[in-house]
Amino acid sequence: MSKYSMHLLVCGGTGCHASESDAIVCNLRDELEAKGLMDSVQVILTGCFGFCEKGPIVKVMPDNTFYVQVKPEDAQEIVDEHIIKGRKVTRLLYRDPVTREPVSDSKHMGFFKKQLRIVLRNCGFINPENIDEYIARDGYQALGKVLTEMTPEEVIKVVKDSGQRGRGGAGFSTGLKWELARNNKSDEKYVVCNADEGDPGAFMDRSVLEGDPHSVLEAMAICGYSIGASNGLIYIRAEYPLAIERLKIAIKQAQEYGLLGKDIFGTGFNFDIKLRYGAGAFVCGEETALIHSMEGLRGEPTVKPPFPAEAGYLNKPTNVNNVETFAAIPVIILKGAKWFSSIGTEKSKGTKVFALAGKINNVGLIEVPMGTTLREVIFEIGGGIRNGKKFKGIQTGGPSGGCLSEKHLDTPIDFDNLIAAGSIMGSGAMIVLDEDDCMVSMAKFFLEFTVEESCGKCAPCRIGNKRLHELLGQICEGKGSLDDLDRLRNMSVVIKDTALCGLGQTSPNPVLSMMDNYYDEYVAHVTDKKCPAGQCKSLLEYVVNAENCVGCTACARVCPVNAISGERKEVHLIDPSICIKCGACIEKCKFDAIFIR
Amino acid sequence: METIKLTIDNKEIDVPRGTTIYKAAKELGIDIPTLCYMELHDMNIENKPAGCRICVAEVSGRRNLAPTCSTKCEPGMVVKTHTPRVLNARRTVMEFILSDHPKDCLVCSKSGTCELQAMAHRLGIRDIPGAAYAAVSTYRKDTSPSIIRDLDKCIMCRRCEMMCNEVQTVGAISAVNRGFMATVAPAFEQNLEHSTCTYCGQCVSVCPTGALTEVNHVPQVLRALVDPTKTVIVQTAPAVRAALGEEFGLAPGTLVTGKMTAALRALGFDYVFDTDFAADLTIMEEGAELLDRLAKHLKGDKTAKIPILTSCCPGWVNFFEEYFPDLKDVPSTAKSPQQMFGAIAKTYFADKIGVNRKDMVVVSIMPCLAKKYECQRDEFSVDGNPDVDFSISTRELASFIKQANIDIKTLHDEDFDSPMGESTGAGVIFGTTGGVIEAACRTAYELYTGKKLERLDFTELRGMEGVRSATIDFDGLPVNIGIAHGLGNARKLLDDVRAGKSQFHAIEVMACPGGCIGGGGQPLHHGNSDIIKARATAIYAEDRKKSLRKSHENPFIIKLYDEFLGKPGSEKAHHLLHTHYFDKKKKIMIKK
Repeated sequence: MSKYSMHLLVCGGTGCHASESDAIVCNLRDELEAKGLMDSVQVILTGCFGFCEKGPIVKVMPDNTFYVQVKPEDAQEIVDEHIIKGRKVTRLLYRDPVTREPVSDSKHMGFFKKQLRIVLRNCGFINPENIDEYIARDGYQALGKVLTEMTPEEVIKVVKDSGQRGRGGAGFSTGLKWELARNNKSDEKYVVCNADEGDPGAFMDRSVLEGDPHSVLEAMAICGYSIGASNGLIYIRAEYPLAIERLKIAIKQAQEYGLLGKDIFGTGFNFDIKLRYGAGAFVCGEETALIHSMEGLRGEPTVKPPFPAEAGYLNKPTNVNNVETFAAIPVIILKGAKWFSSIGTEKSKGTKVFALAGKINNVGLIEVPMGTTLREVIFEIGGGIRNGKKFKGIQTGGPSGGCLSEKHLDTPIDFDNLIAAGSIMGSGAMIVLDEDDCMVSMAKFFLEFTVEESCGKCAPCRIGNKRLHELLGQICEGKGSLDDLDRLRNMSVVIKDTALCGLGQTSPNPVLSMMDNYYDEYVAHVTDKKCPAGQCKSLLEYVVNAENCVGCTACARVCPVNAISGERKEVHLIDPSICIKCGACIEKCKFDAIFIR
Repeated sequence: METIKLTIDNKEIDVPRGTTIYKAAKELGIDIPTLCYMELHDMNIENKPAGCRICVAEVSGRRNLAPTCSTKCEPGMVVKTHTPRVLNARRTVMEFILSDHPKDCLVCSKSGTCELQAMAHRLGIRDIPGAAYAAVSTYRKDTSPSIIRDLDKCIMCRRCEMMCNEVQTVGAISAVNRGFMATVAPAFEQNLEHSTCTYCGQCVSVCPTGALTEVNHVPQVLRALVDPTKTVIVQTAPAVRAALGEEFGLAPGTLVTGKMTAALRALGFDYVFDTDFAADLTIMEEGAELLDRLAKHLKGDKTAKIPILTSCCPGWVNFFEEYFPDLKDVPSTAKSPQQMFGAIAKTYFADKIGVNRKDMVVVSIMPCLAKKYECQRDEFSVDGNPDVDFSISTRELASFIKQANIDIKTLHDEDFDSPMGESTGAGVIFGTTGGVIEAACRTAYELYTGKKLERLDFTELRGMEGVRSATIDFDGLPVNIGIAHGLGNARKLLDDVRAGKSQFHAIEVMACPGGCIGGGGQPLHHGNSDIIKARATAIYAEDRKKSLRKSHENPFIIKLYDEFLGKPGSEKAHHLLHTHYFDKKKKIMIKK
């Protein structure tokens, strides 16, 4: 980077990309060109910064100025003011939500303050389409070290000692997985990268692949060396076109540099990587289903054992790791097991990337040490609940996870604590719920996803989830009974206990955890036929407040089903048997005379 | 082999490593219920998708319940198959399955033989909670010439899929859709007719419910029987007599030839004949063709196609027309016994009794569903009048007999009518794998060598191995015989033929595992291969009982040639008894 005195890093993640970050890059370049600054200032389209809520983001180096919500037309001002005159464009700076003061450097922002970025170390710093930038930040050094200085056993020992657990969700020891694959003798083995990120709201894998694809390629080669494989496959969903594009570029560049292919670093080690595209089935994130899909078969899980380490892709020993798992490997190799294991909790080492979504102020991607509490994540990094509403719960682990409540806020987040609390780590999606969210409707909402995504192979998942969803629907409509709550629990427990793969074994988690933590709300639905959050339409009643009603007839005129009757200047009445609860009357009433009960 | 000690329901057992909990439990007399698991032991057929989750059990050290069908025993394992947790799970899963199943058991064709119904009874299910509002997955019904698909009744056991893809390698059906709407169907959910289906019916024979059943032709037969203008003739295939008794509670392998004949007569058929007669005729034609081709081949004539392949099995014919159309001049041109019978009945025999073919109805009783399709093929009819009008399966015949209030067990044995009811032991063994080629060898040997065959039992051709081979000494000429049953096994031999690597002179192929005794129209074996083997034993017993055991010694066959056909391979024989094959390789067509 020495040639340039200044760098403009523009976020090229999917979110910012959709908000015209490409046009920002063009405009900035045009401006620089016009001002004759092309030789001293470089514009770089990077990977995701994580602060998606405030995108598109433009970061100016070396002074670390962090511009948010930049529009293409802001390019001129940035160049004129900041670059030429050296004055920061204050209106584009992030404002502290409490003090309302502009914050220039991202490390002083609540969102970034508590973060420790290992997996995302290069996202937002380098141009993912330029291998030199990755190399400039120690890229491929770990591979070099492994191939020239270490035996495969030594590599596996480092990974094992680091205590890293698989970031795909189940949290199995990465080193142990590699060891199992290494110990199975075969003429051919495969390294598979699971990039079939399917949890709604989770986009860490996509961001890593878009922002730092080489970290995954390097790790896969290291894994290949460790287990004795010369073929790598990345199973990536076709819905990630940008990630696919950047991976293709990265693979080509790595091949051209001799970092993939034959005789890497002259050590005689061969390793190459190919892409395989998934068609967007959630179940294909399950490793056996993923392997079947890659083989051209129906994406369906099979019983384990045999584990892929024994008989995987084409029946050969196969090691499947998630993108995030791989992305940390080069750093672990370079900085050592001791360093990595010093971060985190006793049984969950290192950092975890979480995708924050829902009713939270700072939607985006964060990376924090294991053991950070939910409170820190939600209120410090996430900036608290939107619109000043009250926090109600947080769904961790996507639709397969559970919903944790107020009482779990100070729980340090790690694999085991989340399971103990009735949820899972999963991919790391976190969906924040506020007081307006109904916990019966939310359970139904998450079930809808698993019902849709079940492959249909085993009966409990194929039919059981559908029945759970139907029963939740009944409860939302006020047709449930207390016995139904027992049935709901029994069905959930049995589905978890009998389903074939991880999808079915976790799909009832939202129901169980929400029943555990918000049982009163469930009871209110079935005994009082009320929805405390006011979300379940069937349980709502629109009523005219006689004291406020002046008989203007505005509501009766707007009602699409003629449910409102009443003479002029007399109190009106809503017939609940006709009312479709569309809310048009409330909107129209100028006298606050209609309320929901 | 290493053995493992484990405990199941407080009983200790030693099993070889690799044994599943399900099988180990069975050794202990613990019959764990399952809906999807099925094994035909000794036949290399196993279905264990672990999908029904009925066979679950508690296993020490395991978080969730284990599917015993596909969980291997480990040393020191403690398994419990009937704890409250297991029973509750099993019942709840069963309620799930039943909740997505039509409730029309009273009028379902599988009622009484349905494994789902039996399981509901066994598990004591008395209620389906939530049935009032539970959605039931429904699909378009599909009727083909042989098989009816009613996927509303499919429970995703995947047995049909395993049979079609792994055993038969036909690939007509596989799982489609996902989640609640997942089912097993041809690609793009097209009708079976637009798939590569051979109508072998193996999917039907393993279906636990009424999702796959045969097309029922009994009403048409009944209508013909009561029509005074029709002369109704029935022929019964060899495998039927070895299995029909099972439908009436008799032990598998009980021969009911005489009782079946009596029952058919009681049903009102005018002539009760035997397909075995036509089997003898087939041997005459096919044997002559074999010897002719062999002689030319030995003389170095490159146009003589060797090996010759048998052509009695309609599922097999459909298979090579679909997958090996380039080899369609390799199989024998001889029609199947069913069709030879029809062709002779509606010419020679019709003339003999002075009945116009239009007033004659030929019904066949077959262990097979592909026969329904075969008799509907255009080339097997004259001016729109089929040689065989209706083909009904062993199961349909049993139902017909029951509807007619006939108690087959109390009937006295009766003989077939003459002349087309007379047959040799060679005709009988057509019913089992290896039988056709054994019958052909008995005749071909004597015709080729001019010597009397001393040893009639070619035991080297018998057995249940999927692919078998033997060399028969034709008085100094070694004749290499190949046998395959199950279309997947046939494919292996066909691939060799296509590649020019086959060392065989003659190959017998039967589409169904076990041959016709394991046919798609037979009483359901419910996964018990001992039943199929008992039927084979019965077939060979019938053969031994016969005074004549070589087709060319059947006096009525000799008479037929004298009076009508001339000699095997004559022009008339060719016209009536031989056929040709078509390229039926399908392109996938999406019909809207």
